[in-house]
Amino acid sequence: MTTVQLRLEQGWFTVCATARLAPGRGVAALLPDGRQAAVFTDRRGRTYAIDNRDPFTGAYVLSRGLLGSTPEGRPYVASPLLKHRFDLETGVCLDDETQTVQTYLTGRSSWF
Amino acid sequence: MPHEHLSTIVVVGHGMVGQRFLEALAERGAAGRTRVVVLCEEPRPAYDRVRLTSYFTGTTPDELGLVPADFMRRNAIELHIGDPAESIDRAARTVTARSGRTFPYDTLVLATGSFPFVPPVPGKDLPGCFVYRTIEDLLAVEAYAKTATTGTVVGGGLLGLEAAGALSGLGLDTHIVEFAPRLMPAQVDEGGGAALLRTIENMGLTVHTGVGTREITADDDGHVRGMTLSDSSHLSTDLVIFSAGVRPRDQLARDCGLAVGERGGIVVDAQCRTSDPAVFAIGECALAADGRVYGLVAPGYDMAETVADTIVDTGERAFTGADLSTKLKLLGVDVASFGDAHGTAEGCLDVVYSDSRSGVYKKLVVSRDGVLLGGVLVGDADAYGMLRPLTGHVPPVAPEQLVLPAGLGGPALLGPESLPDDAVICSCHNVTKGAISACSSLPEAKQRTKAGTGCGSCVKTIGTLLPRSGDGGLCGCFARTRQELYEIALALRISSFTELLDGHGRPAARGGEGCEICKPAVASILAGLGNGHILDGEQAALQDTNDHFLANLQRNGSYSVVPRIPGGEITPDKLIVIGEVARDFGLYTKITGGQRIDLFGARVEQLPAIWARLVESGFESGHAYGKSLRTVKSCVGQTWCRYGVQDSARMAIDLELRYRGLRSPHKLKSAVSGCARECAEARSKDFGVIATAGGWNLYVGGNGGASPRHADLLVQDLTDDELVRLIDRFLMFYIRTADRLERTSVWLERIEGGLAHVRDVVVDDSLGICAELEALMAAHVAGYRDEWAETLDDPERLARFVSFVNAPGAPDPSIRFVPERGQIKPELPLLTLGATR
Ligand SMILES: Cc1cc2nc3c(=O)[nH]c(=O)nc-3n(C[C@H](O)[C@H](O)[C@H](O)COP(=O)(O)OP(=O)(O)OC[C@H]3O[C@@H](n4cnc5c(N)ncnc54)[C@H](O)[C@@H]3O)c2cc1C
Ligand code: SF4
Ligand code: FES
Repeated sequence: MTTVQLRLEQGWFTVCATARLAPGRGVAALLPDGRQAAVFTDRRGRTYAIDNRDPFTGAYVLSRGLLGSTPEGRPYVASPLLKHRFDLETGVCLDDETQTVQTYLTGRSSWF
Repeated sequence: MPHEHLSTIVVVGHGMVGQRFLEALAERGAAGRTRVVVLCEEPRPAYDRVRLTSYFTGTTPDELGLVPADFMRRNAIELHIGDPAESIDRAARTVTARSGRTFPYDTLVLATGSFPFVPPVPGKDLPGCFVYRTIEDLLAVEAYAKTATTGTVVGGGLLGLEAAGALSGLGLDTHIVEFAPRLMPAQVDEGGGAALLRTIENMGLTVHTGVGTREITADDDGHVRGMTLSDSSHLSTDLVIFSAGVRPRDQLARDCGLAVGERGGIVVDAQCRTSDPAVFAIGECALAADGRVYGLVAPGYDMAETVADTIVDTGERAFTGADLSTKLKLLGVDVASFGDAHGTAEGCLDVVYSDSRSGVYKKLVVSRDGVLLGGVLVGDADAYGMLRPLTGHVPPVAPEQLVLPAGLGGPALLGPESLPDDAVICSCHNVTKGAISACSSLPEAKQRTKAGTGCGSCVKTIGTLLPRSGDGGLCGCFARTRQELYEIALALRISSFTELLDGHGRPAARGGEGCEICKPAVASILAGLGNGHILDGEQAALQDTNDHFLANLQRNGSYSVVPRIPGGEITPDKLIVIGEVARDFGLYTKITGGQRIDLFGARVEQLPAIWARLVESGFESGHAYGKSLRTVKSCVGQTWCRYGVQDSARMAIDLELRYRGLRSPHKLKSAVSGCARECAEARSKDFGVIATAGGWNLYVGGNGGASPRHADLLVQDLTDDELVRLIDRFLMFYIRTADRLERTSVWLERIEGGLAHVRDVVVDDSLGICAELEALMAAHVAGYRDEWAETLDDPERLARFVSFVNAPGAPDPSIRFVPERGQIKPELPLLTLGATR
């Protein structure tokens, strides 16, 4: 069984078993310092993580958005509230470049 | 310093217009050729003052920022934060800042904005008195409001109402004191003021018009305790915000001998040059060539561009005046005024529509030869986006049609096709229809023209001007319409999104993720074709969050729950169960317009427990979250009502149970009235039924809400069976042929042949598809299962109902509530400031 992990300042942080992630959807994870991350996986099994807070509304809901990809193949999530799209690799809002959310490095590891 | 060979531009003031000027310089490639120094008085770089109030709804100061991340560095601009200019020596061409530093200039640009005018009343400086202009002002108001219960805004203009809305949002009992006889005297006329007043009072604010402030009074420790008004009455209040207009900040200019206007403002010509040719003034501090000081951001932007053109390109651009259009949404009331709103032009005529009950007031000013000159809209400003660009033109329909609501003979809002190419769509950035139409997407339009990046009120109109993904396709992933995809899925028995995308998507999209537009649209098609539970397998990943959690997402990340109450009929015992569930889970409870009960404030992980209780007592999902049948509303009908001619409640229950759970391109609403008195308002529904002595009349394509439309009569005097069969066909035909998110009202207007064609197809079976339509509906009815009951029985589905995947029991700490009128309401995320970093 493998797990999904996020890179935090203190090191790698285990979020959940890879099987808990459905392709095209996200989950929210509570980080040790109280912050929230939105973690996603796409059709190809790549994982991404960004801050869970939607900067346009202040609500912690990005994990509940739908995943999409641009014609150039850039993966993004669309906020379920006002539908702003955020690039999952850079955190930049595709509809308003002045807004960016934090991104996290993700990885997988085996669980023994 | 090796700067001698460069010319130097010094900018005083880094507000909205100052920043725009810097961008205009950068766009013209001036950055490398000139040294640019900016003196900024505030403790932070330029931010979006127009959206200042959104701070109170959770926008952080950082998010209000207007300066792209490395803008200053990239353009080598020297920004001195917190260091205002204190004097100008025009002979030596230097500016001295508070820090003592002196900056030489070749060109000086003053963009110092305005300061709020505070009337010289005794007590105006007491602790508890504020103005409303900067982020620091708002932080101070917010902090002080924690100890206050009542707040008063002096001034009922645009900004005053905005400030009052903020105070009321902070939980204060809020008063507005306005000297003029009506609110927003500068924007709206008497009729508009009256409509505005009624609506604002209905929201619980107290308005005092026609009185001034005589004195602010203090309590024993010297804090604000109340105010005495000009009619000698007394108003007790803990906090006062002065919003009595603004005055140009022209002191620097005065001190160095530049010409200023009699009533303030730095005098400039059409190039925004002051009386000293090396000095320019732009934005709210300038007295423009037409003799006005503009208190709006759009004219300031125009001035910024003019100066950039003048000094960089020695261009021809000039600023000679601007439109004072404004649209704003205050406290949930739409208000707009544009053009010659007060009808000052000679011989002009007014066209007025006023409905005092709903607080709607609309006035258009037209010239004798039919040219639209301006107008005022209160309570319903939807038409603003269309009307403002039409100003100066003869509208394509009679002006009365432009103000009447759609149901009363008005047009279903004028399409943007009817606008001329040079019509200005975005007045913040002065962008025409022609320029927007040349773009292919909203992000592109925003980037290339800046349209839509100011107040945002034009975004809806921009959307309608852009090609629908270029070629009529559903979205960037599919070049086909929803109807075509439906036919493909039906004919080829396609049951998964990836199969449809990889086989029938645009070449570049194949193998990709799809997008937030096509995923739910395809999910609805597949569900309409009877492809199992919507939380199963791949389908689960296509649903938007409401369908995913079988509940409605609300603004703070919590969900609302709506159990089905067929026909609005409910036993006392079941009513008690709803009350008990709401009480036990602490949910905000509200009766809906569709005769149901909506329970708000549930966290994701509470949903299964809430539904376990409801399902146990015989409730099932109300599908309020889905694009599907909402309710069939009814009156009591013949059984109780002395006028009734049929049993409308029974018919409503039968119809609701038949079509519950049906997925469609958009939500579906219905109603059944027991006689022609129409108490259930069936003609405002997608399909409405009205009893007659001989049976039932079926109406279709009605709509309430923002663009109301009366339903059209499809067939009269139907028996029960005939009625149901026709509705089966009608709904399936709609589901099959409508566009994504197209209500029946819009669909009926769009499809070729309109109502007559629909009647041919579903009544006379002109396409020979009625048997198939009926079979599809029969399959839906037979296959219906309650989504919530099924979910509760399935541990795998239940597993997703957690706030945090790594802490299943933990509630989301960002979802908090505060009490209001004996229930809860979301706590605005004021305390989340900076929490992202
Ligand atoms: C709550 C609110 C809502 C508004 N809503 C709207 C709206 O819906 N639509 C609309 O069009 N407009 C609106 N406005 C008005 C709009 O914000 C202004 O028109 C716009 O900000 C003007 O830009 P400016 O650069 O001229 O002035 P400002 O944005 O005020 O910037 C001037 C800057 O210069 C600084 N400054 C002054 N003197 C000095 C000095 N000596 N040295 C250095 N710096 C100095 C000031 O501190 C300030 O930061 C609103 C304003 C407020 C307060
Ligand atoms: S619609 Fe007719 S039957 Fe129904 S309540 Fe009204 S008057 Fe009575
Ligand atoms: S009109 Fe304000 S952003 Fe376009």
